[in-house]
Amino acid sequence: MSSQVTVAARPSVWDGGQSPYATNSKKFGMWLFIVSDSLTFSALLFAYTYSRVTNPDWPKPFDFTPAIIFSTIMTFCLLSSSLTMVMAVHSMNHGNRKATFGWILATMAGGAAFVVLHLSEWLKLINIEHVTAFDNPWGVPLFGGTFFALTGLHMTHVVLGLIYLSIIAQAVIRGKFKYEDVEVAGLYWHFVDLVWMFIFPLVYLMSAKVG
Amino acid sequence: MEAHAHTEEAPHVGGTTITFAKVWIVLLALTGGEVLLAYEQVPTMIMLTILVGLSIIKAALIIAYFMHLKFEKLSLFLTLFPMLIFCIVLMLIFLGDATRIPNMRPPV
Repeated sequence: MSSQVTVAARPSVWDGGQSPYATNSKKFGMWLFIVSDSLTFSALLFAYTYSRVTNPDWPKPFDFTPAIIFSTIMTFCLLSSSLTMVMAVHSMNHGNRKATFGWILATMAGGAAFVVLHLSEWLKLINIEHVTAFDNPWGVPLFGGTFFALTGLHMTHVVLGLIYLSIIAQAVIRGKFKYEDVEVAGLYWHFVDLVWMFIFPLVYLMSAKVG
Repeated sequence: MEAHAHTEEAPHVGGTTITFAKVWIVLLALTGGEVLLAYEQVPTMIMLTILVGLSIIKAALIIAYFMHLKFEKLSLFLTLFPMLIFCIVLMLIFLGDATRIPNMRPPV
């Protein structure tokens, strides 16, 4: 009899209502998306690396000036936009919606600068170096295929992130959405930054040409 | 009134502005180091090892501080990351095959 009382008094994890990760479902959902997307980018990065190792005559199309300087500025834009996104989440955490709106706009400015610089880099490769997804002057067609697939997918993520942030920003300034919505958007944006931290050295710096 | 403005939600525990700025400066410094390596044209394998190492450090800093994982419950980290790292490392199996292929090319 007494043992029955003891069992009833202790809440069981099987009764539901527990939060094993102490986080909300939106954030956990975004984390699961990030994990699956990490595997997609990892597979593309490995495909690039595999192609590179199998082709000893892999091209080095990125002159230190201006291509590497350009991509370094792009990295600076993304890293700085990550800092402003952290500040947006921080402001929202303290209930300051106006400051949050401003920081999200600053984040979007960094992201937009990245896309503009990246597109100009692409156009230079396509129009001046005559690189396409299937052919290039160096006789290594896999370079174009893997390069455009990898950087193109990343650029798509940045553009989608800009759309996502614009939706969050207008909702925040109109008094809608909560802290967690800004935090989840921040997770996505930092992930985009994180992926670039691997693409920049492995694709650009490893194929840098000095002099 | 001031208290009202902050009652939207109780502030969550996390890093401070100074911490985030410090992480940002470290990330910029590591990026600068990577660019310097590219300029110095270090031998390929040494450069690849250092670049991957620095990228992993940068990724860890972003995940821990910017993505707030350092301040989350350990169970969230243990659910998400060990299997992710395991799956990514599994992809390395193919690289051995990649080094074999150039030696299989017929002589020109």
